[in-house]
Amino acid sequence: MPDSLPSDSVGLVSPQTIHFNAPIDLACGQSLENYDLVVETYGTLNADASNAILICHALSGHHHAAGYHSMEERKPGWWDSCIGPGKPIDTNRFFVVSLNNLGGCHGSTGPGSVNPSTGKLYGPDFPVITVADWVKSQARLADHLGIQQWAAVVGGSLGGMQALQWSLDFPERVRHAVVIASTPRLSAQNIAFNEVARQAITSDREFHEGRYYEHDVLPRRGLMLARMVGHITYLSDASMGEKFGRELREEAYKFGFDAEFQVESYLRYQGERFSESFDANTYLLMTRALDYFDPAYEHGGDLSKALAPAQCEYLVLSFSTDWRFSPERSEEMVNAMISARKKVSYAEIDAPWGHDAFLIPTPRYTDIFTAYMDRVAREVGA
Amino acid sequence: MRPDLEIIQQWVEPGHHVLDLGCGDGTLLDFLQRERGASGFGLEINPDHITTCMGRGVSVIEQNLDTQGLDNFDDGMFDVVLMTQALQAVRRPDKVIEEMLRVGREGIVTFPNFAHWRLRWGLALSGRMPESNALPYKWYNTPNIRLCTFKDFEALCRQKGIRIKSRRVVDGQHQNSWLARLWPNLLGEIAIYRITRENP
Repeated sequence: MPDSLPSDSVGLVSPQTIHFNAPIDLACGQSLENYDLVVETYGTLNADASNAILICHALSGHHHAAGYHSMEERKPGWWDSCIGPGKPIDTNRFFVVSLNNLGGCHGSTGPGSVNPSTGKLYGPDFPVITVADWVKSQARLADHLGIQQWAAVVGGSLGGMQALQWSLDFPERVRHAVVIASTPRLSAQNIAFNEVARQAITSDREFHEGRYYEHDVLPRRGLMLARMVGHITYLSDASMGEKFGRELREEAYKFGFDAEFQVESYLRYQGERFSESFDANTYLLMTRALDYFDPAYEHGGDLSKALAPAQCEYLVLSFSTDWRFSPERSEEMVNAMISARKKVSYAEIDAPWGHDAFLIPTPRYTDIFTAYMDRVAREVGA
Repeated sequence: MRPDLEIIQQWVEPGHHVLDLGCGDGTLLDFLQRERGASGFGLEINPDHITTCMGRGVSVIEQNLDTQGLDNFDDGMFDVVLMTQALQAVRRPDKVIEEMLRVGREGIVTFPNFAHWRLRWGLALSGRMPESNALPYKWYNTPNIRLCTFKDFEALCRQKGIRIKSRRVVDGQHQNSWLARLWPNLLGEIAIYRITRENP
């Protein structure tokens, strides 16, 4: 809890719920008759609506990207390090839009919402959502806000995939796409980790085929395990080593199977906390959206062909110790952009924190991000 | 604008797609984009230069020529490939030149002449590795690991069947003096070569 709000914070913010009445057709063949999106905005939209930035969240993210909901809130929004006055995404210049995606569990329509056709919660009946579906729903949000073209669509990890998808599906509506710590498609290893997470959830006795709400229970154990295995892939061996090493919680081995090493208790704590705040069905949906993302698929695996319609400029950033979506995956994307004759800038940032590095402000990351966004601001007269 | 860049920009036509190897802070590409209507990329490894490029709207890729080459660029995708004052700093200049003319129709290369009279004179008199304005380093910390003379470079081009379209020889201040034109390998400090594999 901050005693007073930091001067480079967007300050106290409150989310708003926007209701969409027109049905949306989804990639899976189903459609949603109507839906809600929960949104936060920071900064002011200028007269010609040219200074808008869309923030796309990653697997466990949501609309609360910056600032505080109250003076009692312990931590600011998840990307507060990069969004605010004088920060890379400078809210003195940009109008920033951040939403909770469809299928989410932070207020937007998802498995925990009421299915209008049954009057009960969707649960496992909520349709499987793709990155392209999200982009479509975000385009409607842009319409609603009166934004014809984003100055930039920005995202890390799964958020970066949405930025890339935007540039392909609505080329004329994106000036810049900033794709950070992302990949043009998941590898077999990435999908394998997702599958372990899903198995952990669905094999929990309290999962009840996804209808746990009806049984008044939560598959906490499964969700905790899913988060634990996921969390390992967000960190690097080196950063885990530095943070925990082989440190024990007590002085000697106890010759048992309780959490004796610090790293064990950290993972358990992270997992437990997550299992209390996140929805298991949403976790399944988000990991599937990751698995399915592959814009090159419809073009015989040729990403540069998939990129043909894009008109924006790209900034692609990777982190040296990210083994979940390694620099090589970003370079694959950059090379396809070069081949497709798109404008692209790329840097690999040296950072020890693995995949999580995209959330941590390091000097070079901040410098590059600031320089690029400053130039975007100048370009749109912000 | 640096006089060598002034000469180079005359060889880039409006609409040209340009690759700049070791693009520095992007001064040249920025100028070519704004003043000549060219497009293209710069490759760079210096973090500060990369940030500056991004801030001024020059597309820059962090890529090391020595370790990554130009494999990620398609044959003939550029009209011009530039390399100003970086040839002497790569591990295999011969391979880089070949790659330049694979991905581009034309190459523009500038480098310091190791046969300039002041360097010859310095080595002859002092018996120590020469230093100059164009080569301001000590032998042990210099990034310039593949120094050559104009004659060396031209011999390499002949050997590889590369045609020199034109050559400008200038002094340290990038002035094109009549003396340097007369005895380039002795009096020229920096040469700007325009090379191609295409027939005239």
